[in-house]
Amino acid sequence: MITRFRQVEMRLMGPLTAIPIVLATVVLVTIAALPFVSAVLSEWIRDAVPAGLQHAVAVTLGTVGFVAVLALNPIYAIWLERKVAAHVQDRLGPMRVGWHGLLQSFADGVKLLFKEDLVPKDADRVLFRLAPMVAIAGAFAAFVVIPWGVRADGAVLAVSNLNIGVLYFIAITSIGALSVLMAGWGSNNKYALYGGMRAAAQMVSYEIPTAILVLVVVAQVGSLSLPEIVAAQAGGFLGISNWLVFQLFPLNLIAFVLFFICGLAETNRTPFDIPEAESELVAGFHTEYSGMRFAFFFLAEYGNMLLISMLAALLFLGGWVGPVGSNPLLLFAKAFGLVVVQMWLRWTLPRLRVDQLMAVCWKYVIPISFFLLVVVAVLKSIL
Amino acid sequence: MSSPRLPGSTGFDGAPTVTLYDEDLPPDNSYAFSPDELEEDEMILNMGPQHPSTHGVLRIELKTDGEIIKDSRPHIGYLHRNFEKHAENIDYQGVIPFTDRMDYVGSMGNSLAYALTVEKLLGITVGERVACIRIITAELQRIASHLLAMGTYGMDIGAFTPFLLCFQQRERVLDLFEWLCGARLLYNYNWVGGVSHDLPDGWTDRCGRFLDEFVPVLDEVDRLLSHNKIFIRRTGDVGIIPPEMARDYALSGPNLRGSGISWDLRRDDPYLGYEDYDFDVITGTGAHGPIGSCWDRYFVRVREMYESVRIVRQALERLPAEGDVRENVPRFIRPSAGEAYCRSEAPRGELGFYIVADQKKPIPYRVKGRSPCFVAMGLFHEITRGEMIADIIAIIGSLDIVLGEIDR
Repeated sequence: MITRFRQVEMRLMGPLTAIPIVLATVVLVTIAALPFVSAVLSEWIRDAVPAGLQHAVAVTLGTVGFVAVLALNPIYAIWLERKVAAHVQDRLGPMRVGWHGLLQSFADGVKLLFKEDLVPKDADRVLFRLAPMVAIAGAFAAFVVIPWGVRADGAVLAVSNLNIGVLYFIAITSIGALSVLMAGWGSNNKYALYGGMRAAAQMVSYEIPTAILVLVVVAQVGSLSLPEIVAAQAGGFLGISNWLVFQLFPLNLIAFVLFFICGLAETNRTPFDIPEAESELVAGFHTEYSGMRFAFFFLAEYGNMLLISMLAALLFLGGWVGPVGSNPLLLFAKAFGLVVVQMWLRWTLPRLRVDQLMAVCWKYVIPISFFLLVVVAVLKSIL
Repeated sequence: MSSPRLPGSTGFDGAPTVTLYDEDLPPDNSYAFSPDELEEDEMILNMGPQHPSTHGVLRIELKTDGEIIKDSRPHIGYLHRNFEKHAENIDYQGVIPFTDRMDYVGSMGNSLAYALTVEKLLGITVGERVACIRIITAELQRIASHLLAMGTYGMDIGAFTPFLLCFQQRERVLDLFEWLCGARLLYNYNWVGGVSHDLPDGWTDRCGRFLDEFVPVLDEVDRLLSHNKIFIRRTGDVGIIPPEMARDYALSGPNLRGSGISWDLRRDDPYLGYEDYDFDVITGTGAHGPIGSCWDRYFVRVREMYESVRIVRQALERLPAEGDVRENVPRFIRPSAGEAYCRSEAPRGELGFYIVADQKKPIPYRVKGRSPCFVAMGLFHEITRGEMIADIIAIIGSLDIVLGEIDR
């Protein structure tokens, strides 16, 4: 029976591997051709949709698009993470399910879907069920303001081009802390409670330097709008010398590194993964979660990783402008590059202790951020 | 030769052969924390026995105030397998596989300590070749055991990668042992009066090759983990055992040397001819924080691996080409009445066996294991008070306990 199953599995594996590869290709080509696709779509909407519904249809299409990207992101990111981890650790990683294990994440996803829907007996059922949804809502909602690029006619490729996009981003990411707190409290488990409390303290603390560092950028560019921040970084030598990270050396470089560190802390990645610290708290706030609810937390985590990387790329690394002109794929590539750095750090560094984490934030990151903000503001008014 | 502890001698009413207790008595829970004694803001957190980082089935009750540990009580016994009682019903040779299961990641050291004790009881001396082979296997076992301690310690602190790098090398030691005696974990290799198998052809070459390739990897893992800033912050000022406390609690092995006390049975009470070997006794230096910190204990283990490599190299050089490794293995072991205690430096510290022999009986009257991990658990509550939850994990890892040896 098992042998028979194995044979069927092996026969299916080859053709099935095409699925993730084709999917990834389609997504990447769509992202690369986003200006063109968007132009065609808006033409069609203008022609075929009644005037009153045009905005709604456009927003819906955009939302479907980015939700599709976000839903596929963890599947590839988890595969990538396992591969990065494996190669850091001198091993191969997933190799069996599909070509180089590409189908592994799909298989895991199917497994999680079929798992029993467990809620602990003494848990707060409402909070317990709500927490993963809030987590994923918080992670996805922030993507609404992420601009992917500009069209030739100057239109911004974002679901909603808010002129205070940066502020919206800072506000909406706070919801993540709420979801972790809900999960920690609702599980009625001491380890989960510890995880939830740690996460709340950590996320709230690190939001402050994040906001300050964003202000460092805003002070230099003079705009809260992400497309304008990117536009200010266009041009220059090879298309990279105007990136903010190279301006006012080394002030912006420090700001970029600090922003990335805060991003790590906000997404609970090593060395700041104390809320789920496996060796101390078993699994932290998601100790009691299994199946799809657990998968939702994972989805949110990888969504947040991509989000923070995209924002770092937009603010400091020139967003979609670069040596090969202006293309949404550039933004995506930069963001994924930073995601890989996050993975690389995770498999290299140990974990900080909770008080040291707070000390890093309040004693070092916040004062340095303030210092940077003041210096940049003074320099800006002089120059 | 008679001893007051032996049956038949005056003033001795015998060791109890059955535990006598009143079944109607309620279980005694006075050792555990009771919720009534909690002050405001305090909470009892039960860590283990299924916790991922208590290094086995250790259960610790923690009285916490937020993240701070107010008090801790370790509960042991979840891995109790009745070793000492079993040993009273099995012949002398048959006890050896049971000793393997005490410290199951350092089996060679256990059976060596037991074999040395029985040899002392019988007055057997082993040949030069057997002594060399025993030193080689014991030191390789120390490397394997310290690699495990180092790797899992990294994992306790949150770094996963050193664990796998260490285990790759540990696998190679286990491969060597597998080639030597067929087993990878529980060897039954050190017999009374000899060893079970002679070295296969080519074993010494492969062992030397392993040592050559192992040292650079150890350097790499050392660079990756030991001097990492975060790692030092997590371990350098945590779980301090001052030298006086270490001595008072009779710590031994790397835990004692981590507190700066230079005490190594291989040098101070040599056996198997260790006195002829050239090696250093590593002690903690207090390089990062007070002496006797978790980092010191950890780093003593790392540097001891280099010393073990040195010893194995010397032993491989002076290994006699010829010699029957079972020459002195007695056919029957029937010691005259008496007792013997022999200690040796196992990977985790002073491992000793105390054996009381009955007159011409093939089975020991009493076997008592002196386990270094059990002793180390004794000061656990002292060094964890006032630390944080994450430090508990760091302290357990730095003591490098094996529950199989604590519970026996």
